[in-house]
Amino acid sequence: MAKIQLNGKKVEIKSNYSLFDLLKKYKLINKKVAVEHNGVIIPKISYKRKNLKDNDKVEIVHFIGGG
Amino acid sequence: MEVRLKKDSLKVAGKILKSRLIVGTGKYKSFLETAKAVKASGADMVTVAVRRVNILDKKKPILTDYLNPKKIIFLPNTAGCFNSEDALRTLRLAREMGGWKLVKLEVLGDKKTLYPNMIETIKSTKTLVKEGFKVMVYCTDDPLLAKKLEDNGASAIMPLASPIGSGLGIQNKVNISLIIKQSKVPVIVDAGIGTASDATVAMELGCDGVLINSAIANARKPIIMAKAFKDAVISGRNSFLAGRMKKNHFATASTSNKGII
Repeated sequence: MAKIQLNGKKVEIKSNYSLFDLLKKYKLINKKVAVEHNGVIIPKISYKRKNLKDNDKVEIVHFIGGG
Repeated sequence: MEVRLKKDSLKVAGKILKSRLIVGTGKYKSFLETAKAVKASGADMVTVAVRRVNILDKKKPILTDYLNPKKIIFLPNTAGCFNSEDALRTLRLAREMGGWKLVKLEVLGDKKTLYPNMIETIKSTKTLVKEGFKVMVYCTDDPLLAKKLEDNGASAIMPLASPIGSGLGIQNKVNISLIIKQSKVPVIVDAGIGTASDATVAMELGCDGVLINSAIANARKPIIMAKAFKDAVISGRNSFLAGRMKKNHFATASTSNKGII
């Protein structure tokens, strides 16, 4: 198991989890989202290659209503 | 006979918009109301904000369930950003989300007035333009600073009419007019419009467009107000194109005295 910070909340995930696995868990594959991993924006094509480890910070954002 | 008007569209950063009204998507009671108001407004472009996904509730509806970015142009904004760093981060994320290069930059300087921090705004504009973004910039109604933005590559100048969400209408028509006269890129009045007639006034001054959120979303009947704004913007634009009559300080009879009995 690994503990990461996802959108400001502590979340436990399996070891060797990739960003792709994380997005799948939250049903966000093929949704209009963008991902930041430890402060770096990750392009979609790299989701599967990016493995998560303890204390990683992940931010997943999307569009909401705004003026 | 119906009057046929020449096709008149707004061109921003190479994109052609049929409507000169751009609407925000915040503050509505529901996504359904948002979608209906956007439709009634006739806008081709809507502003959207970037925020964290709610990871606790996977089934909660989201904006893109109701507004399709393939059918309407999304203009990602930087609402809530108080420095250049946060604004750049937000827009880079927006670009990653779906290739958005046309964005609305707003860097706020004060929590109470939400007045733009123009120093940070100019700095951010420079960086974004360098990175290939097309930047529509929310700004004060200061003509010198507006010019500075244009010189730094802004795709549109978006001066405030009055503070965001205040509904006070255009407070300084002279400044807005000066900005319109000097600008070669579109000038779109953003923030502070309170009601449909304010939008007409902005268009009569010669603005290229207006951006409205609160005045529609906070109306008692937002969908009807959206339609009111659509008509108000068309009216104001036509009035501007038609050219108003000269003001006189004395009366001038509408009827000729020729043949008077």
